[in-house]
Amino acid sequence: MYAYDQFDERLVRERVAQFASQVERRLDGSLSDEEFRPLRLKNGLYLQLHAYMLRIAIPYGTLSARQLRQLAHIADVYDRGYGHFTTRQNLQFNWPKLKDVPAILGLLADVEMHCIQTSGNCIRNVTADHFAGVAHDEIEDPRPSAEWIRQWSTLHPEFDWLGRKFKIAVSGAPHDRAVLKAHDIGVQILRDPVTQQIGYQLLVGGGLGRTPMEGKILREFLPREELLGYLEAVLRIYNLEGRRDNKYKARIKILTHEIGIKAFRAKVEEEFARIDSTNFGADLEEFSRIAAQFAPPAYDNLPDVSRKLEVAQAGDEELARFVEHNLYRHKRKGYTAVTISLKAIGQAPGDATSLQMRVIADLAEKYSLNEARVTHMQNIVLPDVRLDDVPEIFAVLRENDLATANVGLITDILCCPGLDYCALATARSIPLAQTLSRHFADPIKQKEIGELSIKMSGCINACGHHHVGNIGILGLEKKGAESYQITIGGDASENFALGELLGPGLPEQNVPEAIDKVLGVYLALRQPGESFIEAYRRLGLAPFKAAFKEVADAVA
Amino acid sequence: MAAVKRPHMPVMLVANDLLEGDVVFAATEGWTRDPREACIARDDSHAQALESFAADEFRLARIVDPYLVEVTLNAKGHPVPRHYREVLRMLGPSNRLDLGKQADFKF
Repeated sequence: MYAYDQFDERLVRERVAQFASQVERRLDGSLSDEEFRPLRLKNGLYLQLHAYMLRIAIPYGTLSARQLRQLAHIADVYDRGYGHFTTRQNLQFNWPKLKDVPAILGLLADVEMHCIQTSGNCIRNVTADHFAGVAHDEIEDPRPSAEWIRQWSTLHPEFDWLGRKFKIAVSGAPHDRAVLKAHDIGVQILRDPVTQQIGYQLLVGGGLGRTPMEGKILREFLPREELLGYLEAVLRIYNLEGRRDNKYKARIKILTHEIGIKAFRAKVEEEFARIDSTNFGADLEEFSRIAAQFAPPAYDNLPDVSRKLEVAQAGDEELARFVEHNLYRHKRKGYTAVTISLKAIGQAPGDATSLQMRVIADLAEKYSLNEARVTHMQNIVLPDVRLDDVPEIFAVLRENDLATANVGLITDILCCPGLDYCALATARSIPLAQTLSRHFADPIKQKEIGELSIKMSGCINACGHHHVGNIGILGLEKKGAESYQITIGGDASENFALGELLGPGLPEQNVPEAIDKVLGVYLALRQPGESFIEAYRRLGLAPFKAAFKEVADAVA
Repeated sequence: MAAVKRPHMPVMLVANDLLEGDVVFAATEGWTRDPREACIARDDSHAQALESFAADEFRLARIVDPYLVEVTLNAKGHPVPRHYREVLRMLGPSNRLDLGKQADFKF
């Protein structure tokens, strides 16, 4: 893991003192609400439906056991004993008091954490593949690049007040687990087929929200030494030419769409040529310094197969199911990456109690080289686990309602907080996620349906990624009541696709029935081994739409 | 210029406590966290008086985001917001009945 140097430490401590002073001045009236609002947002502090909400940055989702324990401590002392892991790999506390936030920021600084740039019109926390450094299909660990970008973008004076927020994600594997194409900039690490040199492919102008768009290739290959200079050029063009007259048209995706990718590319290249690259030359040294901190640990040479795990599985059906669904192939023999599902049947997706955080911290410390990862799917990964240790880990998880074997299945629902917490939401999302989770709880049924993602948002801002769910659900207001639109065919991977609308919105109670109809079509028409999304691509929207119409007509 | 749309009566005035963030309601005197104690305005002049009180309190850095909420009154005379958003805001998260005002005041 990256450890703060004296600059990181000082920067974070100074920010704590600065925000403490700002809170003090707000309370004594010397800062107006209008003046204070953007300052609190720059520190991740929102005012939500019931209370303040504090969003804590977890850079590229990486947490140490110590950090996770500190989050549990904050949850107990300053919040209500739980936290919500978000779809951008962060953590949100839903009930902090303004007067306590400086103390919370101090506790975060003690463990090299902060809330800087988790809100506001700036470059947000950088996200990455949650299997970074351990995935079997990886070209290069994306964390050094993500950390490099984090350092470049933190308090960048030129990009502190952009037209709108700006999100960057990094992946080092060909299989995209970081939803690169839904980001303002997606950074894909790749190897030049001719020179074998490692560099970056840059995607630009992706995004979800009210105007969903797929990121387009801006640069096919960028040598490492040019990354930060090129990002600087992209941000500069966006900052200068992005719209500021209408917040709904202020994201970079609108700029690239309106002028076209070719014209945008030409502007960036022209700006990049003007940038004095010697300013960034020294950064390769910084990259090497960072990369050294992510050097692979001293793995043991282990056999490919764990007899111990095989024997344990043979006598424990639940463990066998957990192994089937929650383990991901590690680059090293005898190791695995374990995904801990925060989607227990009937639970609010992404929520974890302070006790569960401590349990996961203990497991990370004991079995996973002291590290855990937050996934954008709102689960937690133990990245470096010996196959031999899986039975012990599973036993602890089972005792703490953390052993649900549903990763990638229909109950692994991605879901924003919705109107139960969020001031922007138009409908609730959590209760419907809980209903669907119970509706599809049967593990045999889940296995029969196979790989399928449900993603749900409580408003068009799409924090719940509904456009890229195989089944997407969007909660809206219709005639003074909550109503849910369903799309199908969305795909968050490298085969990125936006879902298509099945028909009119439905009341909450009719959604499970409608999804049953959609699944009925899939189960009846699928070919052997064909996943839901593959079947959808072959069959098209029509048969699903026809089945959905039966429910929609009955409701209308 | 179009006339500013005024809410249907009755209304209550809701805001957030600046220091704590809690949802608060304008009461007969000052603020209350218990919506059952909210002051109910049945005509526009009373509603305007609530808004004027809230504007003063906002300037004094006691509350933020004040606005009027249209309500009906239940059999006990307690306010029930007309819109589901405001009902949720008054009660707390519907998936966590142990949190929010629904828990604090045992609704």
